[in-house]
Amino acid sequence: MRASIATAFAAFAVFQASALAAEAGPVSHFTLPNGLEAVVIEDHRAPVVVQMVWYKAGSADEQRGRSGIAHYLEHLMFKGTDTMAAGELSKTVAANGGSDNAFTSYDYTAYFQRIAADRLPLVMKMEADRMRHLKISPDDWQTERDVILAERAQRTDSDPGALFGEQSRAAQFLNSPYGTPVIGWRQEMEQLTRDDALAWYRRFYAPNNAVLVVAGDVTPDEVKTLATDYYGPLAPSDDIPPRLRPQEPPQLAARRLTFTDDRVAQPYLSRSYLATERNPGDQKKAATLTLLAEILGGNPQTSVLSRKLVFDKGDAIYASAFYDGMSIDKTTFSIALMPAQDVSLPEAETALDAALSEFLTEGIDPAQFERIRTQIRAAQIYQQDDAQGLAQQYGEALASGFSIADVQSWPDVLMSVTADDVMAAAREVLTPADSVTGYIERPKDAPPPAPDAPVSLPATQEVTQ
Amino acid sequence: MIRVVLSTPLRLAALTLAALLFSVPAQALDIEEVTSPGGIKAWLVEAHDIPFTALEIRFRGGASLDAEGKRGAINLMTATLEEGSADLDSQGFAAAQEALAAKFGFDVDDDTLSVSARMLSENRDKAVELLRGALTDPHFDQASVDRVRGQVLSILASDAKDPNAIAGTTFRKLAWGNHPYGSSLNGTEDSVKALTREDLFDAKARVMAKDRLVVAAVGDITPEALGQMLDRLLGDLPATGAPMPPKAELKLTGGTTTVDWDSPQSVVMFGQKGLAMDDPDFFPAYVLNQILGAGGFSSRLMDEVREKRGLTYGIYTYLVPKDLSETWQGSFASANDKVAEAVTLVKQEWAKAATGTVSDKELEDAKTYLTGAYPLRFDGNANIADILAGMQLNHMPIDYIATRNDKVNAVTKDDIARVAKRMLDADALRFVVVGKPVGLN
Repeated sequence: MRASIATAFAAFAVFQASALAAEAGPVSHFTLPNGLEAVVIEDHRAPVVVQMVWYKAGSADEQRGRSGIAHYLEHLMFKGTDTMAAGELSKTVAANGGSDNAFTSYDYTAYFQRIAADRLPLVMKMEADRMRHLKISPDDWQTERDVILAERAQRTDSDPGALFGEQSRAAQFLNSPYGTPVIGWRQEMEQLTRDDALAWYRRFYAPNNAVLVVAGDVTPDEVKTLATDYYGPLAPSDDIPPRLRPQEPPQLAARRLTFTDDRVAQPYLSRSYLATERNPGDQKKAATLTLLAEILGGNPQTSVLSRKLVFDKGDAIYASAFYDGMSIDKTTFSIALMPAQDVSLPEAETALDAALSEFLTEGIDPAQFERIRTQIRAAQIYQQDDAQGLAQQYGEALASGFSIADVQSWPDVLMSVTADDVMAAAREVLTPADSVTGYIERPKDAPPPAPDAPVSLPATQEVTQ
Repeated sequence: MIRVVLSTPLRLAALTLAALLFSVPAQALDIEEVTSPGGIKAWLVEAHDIPFTALEIRFRGGASLDAEGKRGAINLMTATLEEGSADLDSQGFAAAQEALAAKFGFDVDDDTLSVSARMLSENRDKAVELLRGALTDPHFDQASVDRVRGQVLSILASDAKDPNAIAGTTFRKLAWGNHPYGSSLNGTEDSVKALTREDLFDAKARVMAKDRLVVAAVGDITPEALGQMLDRLLGDLPATGAPMPPKAELKLTGGTTTVDWDSPQSVVMFGQKGLAMDDPDFFPAYVLNQILGAGGFSSRLMDEVREKRGLTYGIYTYLVPKDLSETWQGSFASANDKVAEAVTLVKQEWAKAATGTVSDKELEDAKTYLTGAYPLRFDGNANIADILAGMQLNHMPIDYIATRNDKVNAVTKDDIARVAKRMLDADALRFVVVGKPVGLN
C-alpha cells in the first residue's frame, strides 16, 4: 500500500527511482566545432526517436527581481522565428504524429519532441532554428505572460501544499537562488517584459551553452550528419557567464515555519537539511546520501521511518525521505511526515526526532542494505526498456556540468557505498542546526475538521509548458 | 495501491483510456495467442533482448461490481492485496518484492481491476510465487485492513477539498445518479468505515474470477513458460464471479452547475452524451474530437481559449466510451474573473463544431497526427503489454493493428458532418464549475 497520499508524495517516489537508475545501452557522444555537445542513445526496438535540447540556463541563473524569466522564455520559445509562425513548431510536430513540450528547472531549461524516427530531420531543423532565430511579436508576449500567471494560479496558488513548499524552500535558502520558485514570484512575473525575455534568450540560447540528446531508432552517424547540417552553422554566444551563484552561508540556527490555510485538511510536516550536491568527478558523497534517503524513507513499507513511525508506533500514516544530488549548488536532504489522526504535529515531530536518533544508534539492517543494492542492479536492466528515461538522465547531467563518464560510473559509485559510509553521512547531514522544519495545517478556529486539501509536497522542481 | 484517478482530473483517466484503445502496435509486432495447459488465454509478444517480462492482468467489471451497500469494498480490497499472504505479513511481502526487484501494481477503475508485474528473468519463478500469494491467498488481516482503510479515508478527506475531485464527483452524480458510475469508487466515509474483512473476501470473489480474465505478456518469456506461469499464478482463482453490472443510463442535461469554492481560479468540467466503441461513427467522432479539443496546441479550443486570449493554461476534450455508458467531455481551469468568457467560448466552439464543417487541412492534420502517433506508444514492454490487454478488453481482433490506421484514414468530411450533427449539441452541454466564478449565469 503506497502512494495513497498520491498527489502529496508522488514526486518523491518518482525521483527516488530515477536517482537509483544507472546506465546501459549503446551511448555515444560528440561535440561540434561551435561548442554543441551531443549524446546519442540507440534503441532500435520501435521506429521512434526523442530529441531533447538542454540549455545550461535555469531559474537559478536569473537576475534578482526578475524571477520567472527562464520559465517565461521557455513559453515564448513556441512563439515563432524568422521563418516559423507562432505555434508552428508544435503544430508541425503534431501534424506529423509527434508530441513536444519543454520544462524549466533551477539549473536548466529543456525542449523535447517525440516523433517517428524518419521525421528527425524535420524536428532538428525547427529546434536549431529557434536556438538562434526566435521572434517574439508584440502581441504574443503579453498574452503569454497571462498564461504563465494562469499556470502559477493553477499549480501553486490553488494548492496549499505547493505554497507551503515555496515558503519552505525560501526559508532553507537564505542566499542561494534555489530559494526562489522556478515559476517566479507573482509580483515579479507580472512585471516581466519582452525585452527581459529577449535579453535572456540572446545570452543563453546558443550552441555552446546547449546539450543535444537524441535517443531511439537512429545511429550516431546519422545524428552527427544531421546535427552538423542544422546546428553546425549556428553562432556561439560570447556572453555566457560562469555559473557562480551566491552561496549559502553556514546555517547556524534551525529555522521553523507554520503555514496555515483553510484548504488544508491533512496536516503534515516537512524537514529539510542543507546537503552536499553531486559533483562532477566527485560523486561518492551524493551516492551515499542517495542511499541514505532510500534507507530512511524510500520504500513506504520497509524503510526505516515507515517501519518506525507508520508500522511500529502508528504515529504517522506516511513518512518519506528524499534527496536528489543532481544540482549545481548545495541542495537539500528532506523528510516528510503525515501524522496519524489523533497525533499533533509537535508530537509527530518528537516521534520523528526519536526515530532518527534511534537510527543513528542502531545502524543499518544488513538485509535492507542488500535489498537496496539489488534494486540498483535491477535498475540497470529495467532502464534499458526506457530510452527516453536515459535521454533525460544524460541531458540533465550534461546540462548540470557532468561528463558522460560521471553518468556511466554512477551505478558503480552507488555500489561502492558501504553501510558505514551511509551512517557517517547520516551523522553529518541530520544536524538540527542545519534544518528547516515546516508545519502545514488548518487554522485553529477553522470550521469543522475532517476533509482536507490536495496535499502536494514542496519541490515540484520542474514546470512544464 | 490506491487508485489515484478520483483525485485527478477526469481528463487523465480519459486520456489513458484513449491510449488503450488507439495505440496500436507497429506492424513488426508479432502477437501470439497462448493458451495455458489449464485453459487460461493470454496474448504474448516475445522479446528476449532485455532479461525481464512485463505482465498485465485484467478483471472486467472493476469497482462497479461493488455489492449493494458496500461501496468502496473492491477498491479497499484491491489496495490490500499486497498487504501480506502465505507466511508473509505486509512488510514481509514488501521486503520480498524489494529483494527480488520485482514490481507489482494493483489498481481498479470503474470497469477494470488491473494487476501489473515486472519480473526479472533471473528470479521470475520466485516473483511468480510471491504474486500468486497476493492474488489467490491474501490475508486481509485486520491490522492491514484498518491501516489501508485509514489511507482511503484520508483520500476521501483530500478529495472533499480538491476542486478537481469535487468537479469530478459532482459531474458523476449528475451524469449517472445511483449507478456505481455516479459515485466515487472509494466509497463514502460511512461505507468505508463499515467494511469488514469478510466484505473484502466477498469483494475479491465478485471481481477476481477466471470468467472475466484478460492477460497480456511482453518480454523474455517463451509461450510454454508463459502457459505454466499462468496456471501457477491464476489457476486457483474461482471460475466465476458476480454478474456484470447493468448499463448506466446517462442523465445529463444542459446547463451550468456551480459549486462554491474559495480559490483564485475555477475548475471546469463539461460534457454531454458520447458514443460507444462499437458505434459505426466512432472513428469519425474520434477524428472530430481531435480537431475540437484533443489535439493539444493544434486544437480549436486550445487556440481560442489559451493561444488567442490566455484564459487558461490548458483545455482538452475527450471521448469517454466506458463499458456501461458513453460521454463526450472536456475540462479546463480559468481565473474566476475569466471563466465566464471561457465557458461562452467553449459553447460557441461546440456549436460551431456541431455544424459539422471542418477544413480539408484540419481533417488532414488530424489524420496525420492520429496515424503518425500510433507507433510512438510502443516504447517499452510494459506499455505494449498494457495495450494488448486493452485490445482484448475492448474485444478487438488480434490483427486489429493492421486495420486501425485504415479506419482513421477512411474518415471523410461527410462522415464528420454526420456524426457532428448527430452528436454535438451545445445546449446539451452540462458545465460543472468549482470556484468563485464571476459573471457566470
